Amino acid sequence: MSLPTRRSVLKTGAFFVCCGVAHIRLARAQSAHATVLPVKEIAEGVFAFAGAAEMMTDKNEGEICNVSFVVGAEAVAVIDSGGSAAEGRELIAAIRATTDKPIRYLINTHMHPDHIFGNAAFGETGAIIVGHHNLPRALASRGDYYLQSYRESLGATLMADIKIVPPTKLVEGEEQLDLGNRKLTLRAWKPAHTDNDLTVFDQQSGTFFTGDLCFIDHLPTMDGSLRGWIAQLDNLKAIAATRAVPGHGPVPSNWPAALEPQQRYFEILARDIRKAIADGVPMAEAVKNAAQGERGNWDLFEEYNERNATAAFAELEWE
Amino acid sequence: MTFVSINRRSRIVAIVLLTLLGTAVSFTAAAQGTSAPESTTWNSLKGDVFGQKTIEPADDIISIEAPKRAEDAAIVPVDLHFKTDAKTGRLKAVTLIVDENPSPVAAVFTFGKDAGVTHLATRLRINAYSYVRAIAETEDGKLHMTQTFVKASGGCSAPAMKNQDEAMASLGKMKLRVFPSNAPGTEPMTRATEMQLMIRHPNNSGLQMDQITRYYIPAHFIQGLTVSQGDRLIMSMEGGISISEDPNFRFDFDAKPGEDVKVEAADTKGKKFQDEWPLQSSSL
Repeated sequence: MSLPTRRSVLKTGAFFVCCGVAHIRLARAQSAHATVLPVKEIAEGVFAFAGAAEMMTDKNEGEICNVSFVVGAEAVAVIDSGGSAAEGRELIAAIRATTDKPIRYLINTHMHPDHIFGNAAFGETGAIIVGHHNLPRALASRGDYYLQSYRESLGATLMADIKIVPPTKLVEGEEQLDLGNRKLTLRAWKPAHTDNDLTVFDQQSGTFFTGDLCFIDHLPTMDGSLRGWIAQLDNLKAIAATRAVPGHGPVPSNWPAALEPQQRYFEILARDIRKAIADGVPMAEAVKNAAQGERGNWDLFEEYNERNATAAFAELEWE
Repeated sequence: MTFVSINRRSRIVAIVLLTLLGTAVSFTAAAQGTSAPESTTWNSLKGDVFGQKTIEPADDIISIEAPKRAEDAAIVPVDLHFKTDAKTGRLKAVTLIVDENPSPVAAVFTFGKDAGVTHLATRLRINAYSYVRAIAETEDGKLHMTQTFVKASGGCSAPAMKNQDEAMASLGKMKLRVFPSNAPGTEPMTRATEMQLMIRHPNNSGLQMDQITRYYIPAHFIQGLTVSQGDRLIMSMEGGISISEDPNFRFDFDAKPGEDVKVEAADTKGKKFQDEWPLQSSSL
């Protein structure tokens, strides 16, 4: 990270454009020689970076999900660390370009690598890692596998300093974190996208950080419970937010309108799979034909729809 | 109910267990997949599973179908079709292997004498780019092998449980579905019946490390399963950790009307599960 690359130059450029209103400590960012993640200030003291709707690769450094931070009177809370330690460092650089306040919390919204591979970068910040009470178990089940399976797409260089760092502060039900005159409400959800989904609500700005309970543009992925996800959509809608930062998609997004595309997709997917199960269609065949009408509405449909259909089939045939 | 009775079976069970013990090493080897199909793993595995026995090509006796890419690494549907004739005799057993998985022997299915199973579908965990192969043993004692190559899944899919609490809450629950035969010209009552057996079980691999304690979470999976009708064995299975959570088997067999279908299963914690379903003539 010592030499500025073309990409880092581009990013820094974008950073200036987006964050003209923020207090940019250019000198500091440059002296650290760190690439700065191009976050934008979407509300006072609320900064977010929109990841690309792509698979994680060495080229995009795993920067495919939305990551954010909230600055209170005393401290900073980070929401998701990104898909590589490199992204985690860029996020820290973006925070340091904004404020000197300590990073008190790193909140992980769930287990997936694009959201937690950056955890290792936060070791030196002293941040307490916060997660759903099921997150340590989920990482125990998958951590080693993730470290192996992403080697191919991310490459050895990026993988070298990626570690699975589980949360030490666990959330059951609802809990509040205080950043100094600024309270964040954390909520642990029942199985939906995964069995360890956690959301963050910033009361001061009315910003709702959904984690991957909300996907826009990027096809949602099923790694928990389709029925559980559908069943909790009304609870999600009931969150009285001014704006949302979805796990994937535009930053910020309108709330609760942000939930509409995925709700439509879930209903079509569930309908098609339920019909196939009732008709006795074998799984292998059913998953090829499910929700095909949705193809044009999403990025990464080819990559994830059949997987979603497979998971949905295995779940719904127990109804 | 005994699951281990003959030597070959014991040896395979031993391989399953030994591989479990050598987890860390084999896992590393397993997950470093490449896209170029190679059979080196199989060449070293072959002797452990089948000794010096010659393995012949499938010759249509057995065929395998699996998706080219494991969409969901935890649930990869695999279809086996069997075709025997007077010369080869009936099918005695089928061994299902995922070369690059930490515990390659997914399952050994043994068929009853007059079970008439010609099709068997199940779901596998596939950890890495791997050959999935099926080896049939015919009555004449010969082995016949077929294989297909499956690419690992992309993205955040992992061969792990999605909803762990749910899996444990309904542990051992079984469901049996009977599919009516639609084949034209078949005589009802004498026709093979297609059936789907589902068992709720996490089928935990034991390859999962607790990141805080650095201990492996103990394996917990269905290791034995018997499906019978009346006193007649249809199929038994010795399973390993490569069978997906909530083990699922769809198969056909020569059903006898009026006799109950009985399923007995046992897991590695010594828990036994059983259930029985009447097979109505109307469903045949």
